[in-house]
Amino acid sequence: MDPLMPPPIRRIALDREPNVAAPAAAPASNGAPRGPGGASLRAHRSRPASARVLERMRIDSVSLAYGANWVVRDVSLPVRQGEVLALIGASGSGKTTLLRSLNRLTEITTGAARSGAITIDGRDIHELEVNDLRRRVSMVFQQPNPFPMSIFDNVAYALAEQHIARGGRRRRRTPELARAVEDALRRAGLYEEVAEDLDRSALRLSGGQQQRLCIARALAAGPEVLLLDEPCSALDPISTATIEELIVGLRESVAIVIVTHNLQQAFRVADNVAFMHLGELVEYGPSAQVFERPARQRTRDYISGAFG
Amino acid sequence: MASAALTPAPAPAPAPAPDARTVAHPPRERTSSWPLVDRVCYWLCWATGIGLCVIALAIVLFMLVKGIAYLRPSLFVESPAPSLHQSQSGGFRDPIVGTLVVTAIGTAIAAPMGVALAAWLSEYRRPAWLARSVESAVEMLAGVPSIVLAIFGLLVFSQGFLAFLSQGAAQGSLGESFFNAGIVMSLLALPLIVGATHEALAQVPDRLREASYALGKTRVTTIRSVLLPAIRPSIASGVVLGMGRIIGDTAIVTILLGATLKNEPVGHTPLLGALRGTGSTLTSYVYNNSPAGEGNAHEKAYAAAFVLLMIVLALNALVTRLSNGERPAGERGRALRALRLWPLGR
Repeated sequence: MDPLMPPPIRRIALDREPNVAAPAAAPASNGAPRGPGGASLRAHRSRPASARVLERMRIDSVSLAYGANWVVRDVSLPVRQGEVLALIGASGSGKTTLLRSLNRLTEITTGAARSGAITIDGRDIHELEVNDLRRRVSMVFQQPNPFPMSIFDNVAYALAEQHIARGGRRRRRTPELARAVEDALRRAGLYEEVAEDLDRSALRLSGGQQQRLCIARALAAGPEVLLLDEPCSALDPISTATIEELIVGLRESVAIVIVTHNLQQAFRVADNVAFMHLGELVEYGPSAQVFERPARQRTRDYISGAFG
Repeated sequence: MASAALTPAPAPAPAPAPDARTVAHPPRERTSSWPLVDRVCYWLCWATGIGLCVIALAIVLFMLVKGIAYLRPSLFVESPAPSLHQSQSGGFRDPIVGTLVVTAIGTAIAAPMGVALAAWLSEYRRPAWLARSVESAVEMLAGVPSIVLAIFGLLVFSQGFLAFLSQGAAQGSLGESFFNAGIVMSLLALPLIVGATHEALAQVPDRLREASYALGKTRVTTIRSVLLPAIRPSIASGVVLGMGRIIGDTAIVTILLGATLKNEPVGHTPLLGALRGTGSTLTSYVYNNSPAGEGNAHEKAYAAAFVLLMIVLALNALVTRLSNGERPAGERGRALRALRLWPLGR
């Protein structure tokens, strides 16, 4: 146990014989950025593997706690551009907390504590100014949460630098801003649907459109990493399929981490899968390996249970 | 019942269809089984409620009848004049202007301060002891009688270094002016604006804040660009409530505005002189012209009171509209339905 962390109150949970087989082995390629050769691992996938794989973030023996409750224990993972990383696991396994710690959103909660290191492009995220970090590591939430303003303003708000960010309905539209907004909406595959009326309130969009607007908003500032927290759990199957395609298409330009309860979805979109249980990383590997030949019993149980 | 259950029945009789009438109208709860005290209290509650409605209705009707009877268009454009004859004592143009000016000054100070204070209370709250102290202070301010505020204002504004806001003690003034009255009036409106804004901010879902923080926005940007625009209707209704409070106050006008017959500017600077000068508002005009005051011109008092009542009622209607603005249309009837008068209907 890390000496920096407060002693846990919930001894029971900690002292229990780990019913997960063993702590996960560190990912084989953790460390050195993988070149094009590393992508051959995923040759089995039907869709073409990304040509360029580049490690953007690294989670290094990270433990997280809320007050005295341990939520994540000693997790190490790489986050790479060109690949999609899916975090799967039962509720309460710490996936979302781990995800939120990547752009320091956990800090909003009082009493959150962390040990271990998370780095982005080699720098510890706690050395960066927090708002700077969050522009580089953007996030989309479970519930679509557009701001109560127009579609245009939702995206423009994300683009605006702090000192020129303006409230209210009328944001000054320069041609550059309009181009940037259009570009972000196109990347999120929403532009064609809303192009006629960008001044419409974002709250009038359907749930799937709202979520894509949130993705457009998150992409607008040009982040290096995109975090998705169960982005499809509130959506219908058609919207879900649209967003999944979008995710796969985006992995070339941003590193993507997605938390999902939907195993089929993880299988469809992810290149690598990390299975977490009770705050510990049980298994990490290419998604075909985790889903078809899981190394640990706990993973096997979870996947077979979920697959029926 | 028991005997029916004991007799062996070859086939259970089909359960009787529930009486549609009893389902639609379940028997009313009867008070006859209640203890006497409860029954008396219950009826007292009803009597009070109905009594209140009667009084409210009486005020409006009485003022309507009396006010309209004496209301003349000329009253709005003539200044009050010192005369024993009703026909020559002028109208209430100055008090109306005074009411507008005091309300404008008070609102202009209270609205930005109140919104800023509420935003700090809701979004920052550091250090915690300061936030708690501020909350207590606002609550205390809400409870202070306006006459106490007025006396306190007099104490402060009669100090020499604040004399520029009024005529100044050198000229024999105690510190009465539109500026001073407006400033103290802002303290009346402040708690209402803070309360409305604070409550609305507390109801904004956290996911909206998280969405903004996750885009790398600071708290300040989030408050200004996301939160405050989202609660604009609540802020507006808080401000309008505060305005109503200012318009209705008499004590501060009497003590800090002078409640003079006419608005009397100081010096010759057009706007500044008027604001540094003394004056009156509709409330003080009503008081002075009522039989209790010196004017003894109750017709004018009624007419002015009617105008005052109409202004306040209009503001109340505005509040209702503003706070209903964001609700779905289906919920709008709720207030009306809650007003159903008859207790034991149906």
